Amino acid sequence: MSVQRNAIIFAWILLLPALLYVTAIVAYPLVDTFILSFTDASLKKTTNWVGWANYEKIFNETFAEVIIRTFVWTFFSVSIKMIIGTFGAAMLNAAVPGRALFRVLTMPPWIVPMAIGIFMWGWMYNGQFGMISGMLQRFGVVDGPIAFLAQGSTAFWATVITDVWIGVPMVTLYMLAAMQAIPQDLYEAAWTDGAGRFYRFRRITLPLLVPSMVTMSMLSLISTFNSFDIIWILTRGGPSGETTTMIIDTYKTAIGSNKYGEGAARAVLICIFLSIFCLCYFRVTSRLSGGDKR
Amino acid sequence: MREPPQLINRYKWYEILGIYAGIAVFLTFVLAPFVEGFLVSLKPLSQLFSSPYRFIPENGSFEAYYTMWDHVPGFARYIVNSFVISGAATVIVLILVVPAAYAFARFEFRGAGLLLGAFLAVNMFSGAVLLIPLFRLMRSLGVLNTYFAMIVPGVAFLIPSAIWLLRTYMMRIPRELDEAAFVDGASHFYTLRRVILPIAKPGIVVVAITTFIGAYAQQFIYALTFNSKTEYAPLPVGLFAYFGRQEVVWNELMAAAFVGIAPAMIVIFFLQRYLVSGLTAGAVKQ
Repeated sequence: MSVQRNAIIFAWILLLPALLYVTAIVAYPLVDTFILSFTDASLKKTTNWVGWANYEKIFNETFAEVIIRTFVWTFFSVSIKMIIGTFGAAMLNAAVPGRALFRVLTMPPWIVPMAIGIFMWGWMYNGQFGMISGMLQRFGVVDGPIAFLAQGSTAFWATVITDVWIGVPMVTLYMLAAMQAIPQDLYEAAWTDGAGRFYRFRRITLPLLVPSMVTMSMLSLISTFNSFDIIWILTRGGPSGETTTMIIDTYKTAIGSNKYGEGAARAVLICIFLSIFCLCYFRVTSRLSGGDKR
Repeated sequence: MREPPQLINRYKWYEILGIYAGIAVFLTFVLAPFVEGFLVSLKPLSQLFSSPYRFIPENGSFEAYYTMWDHVPGFARYIVNSFVISGAATVIVLILVVPAAYAFARFEFRGAGLLLGAFLAVNMFSGAVLLIPLFRLMRSLGVLNTYFAMIVPGVAFLIPSAIWLLRTYMMRIPRELDEAAFVDGASHFYTLRRVILPIAKPGIVVVAITTFIGAYAQQFIYALTFNSKTEYAPLPVGLFAYFGRQEVVWNELMAAAFVGIAPAMIVIFFLQRYLVSGLTAGAVKQ
């Protein structure tokens, strides 16, 4: 009994430093955000309690538009990442010469400092001299130069594509690991029964990948929803707010205009959405694994 | 890895063609910005700003790689800053995570699952969500515009995946080892230090590498917000200042980018085997 108790005390001692750190840097600021969202905190010395005013203000402004835009942006980015990533994983999973090298070659966008990859895209999107506009003109797809980041609709898709590019390596390697964990016997049994390669992929690989796909979509949903660097570097939320997502809007309000209270209210909304995603995720995974608690 | 039977993996010629075509399309998307960025760094500025667009540089040279040191004066400093920030973050993460991962891997106590979930949930709030209180916290501590302000918040968001990775690794170490030590009268702490740590070393190395790369790759928002002194700026923020100018000297910016990512590339090249397994550990429930 006392041995058992000693072990538990020791475990808590081991956990304590990490726990205190995360409490100070994440949990406390989280509570502080919530409290701030009911105040008019700014650069002024005094801070007043304003009740729900910040939230009312949000919904009176164009924030509904920002919320919808954030969801559309996130939806397309995550879906395209999942499609390209799963496709890439299926290709890299094939037993062809050179695959080890190809796997390494998928990693750079993930491992290189994010901002630097974004600079490169910034140049490629350049209207006058950039690669994409230049190539499209050369092949006669468009007549004149397109400044992708200067128009709302193209800027929106340009930021989505860059976000996809940064997220694809992680999805690919994760899905590849999931594919390789599928027992080989299944394929051999199906093969013995005369099932073709495509049939095997459709009836064995894809169904068994569903849990990993759900998990990966969730992870990528969270990081995409929180995505800041890409939009900030490429467009700063412009032109005329067409790429302003909730995170960008929060940043502009809080850090750009020093309206901490109003910014905090926006951050609280983001947290609420993220929590809803997580709840849905746990619902889905517990159903998938038949009530298994993990 | 078990060698699969040969017949099942024998592809017809058109299948091989299809697979390579698929890989080519996929890798083109992934690598195009790097190829274009590299070619841009070789082009003279006059050629860069000329229509029609040409992909292959004419009279390309490495000149930008020399001139950038004059035009981006803080460049060497930015790289050093990046290393200082990532290095310090990695050390702090390891100090916090090694004991915590051991606790999660070995001890059964009430609330363990919940606590692990709470640690993983930290990742939900990465980015800008906590920026306001963190900014105020840093300001009231008087540490704005120091390395401290750029290191400390980032560490919190490197902890979750490090704990998860190392816990997965430590769970594979046979329990009999610590039990044997314990029966011989070793204390818990002695067991951790003398039995577990030496065996877990490869896992700790993988965690250190992935943490360092994560810290190196993601240092932007905190450095941008909590530090306004150019001399402390890490590489991404330092270059961002040049990126935002009216007339961007693109060939030098790209040259600087390539020198800046060289460390990461070298790490990938030498450690790719560990990286792939490290980054995707825990991907599949066992």
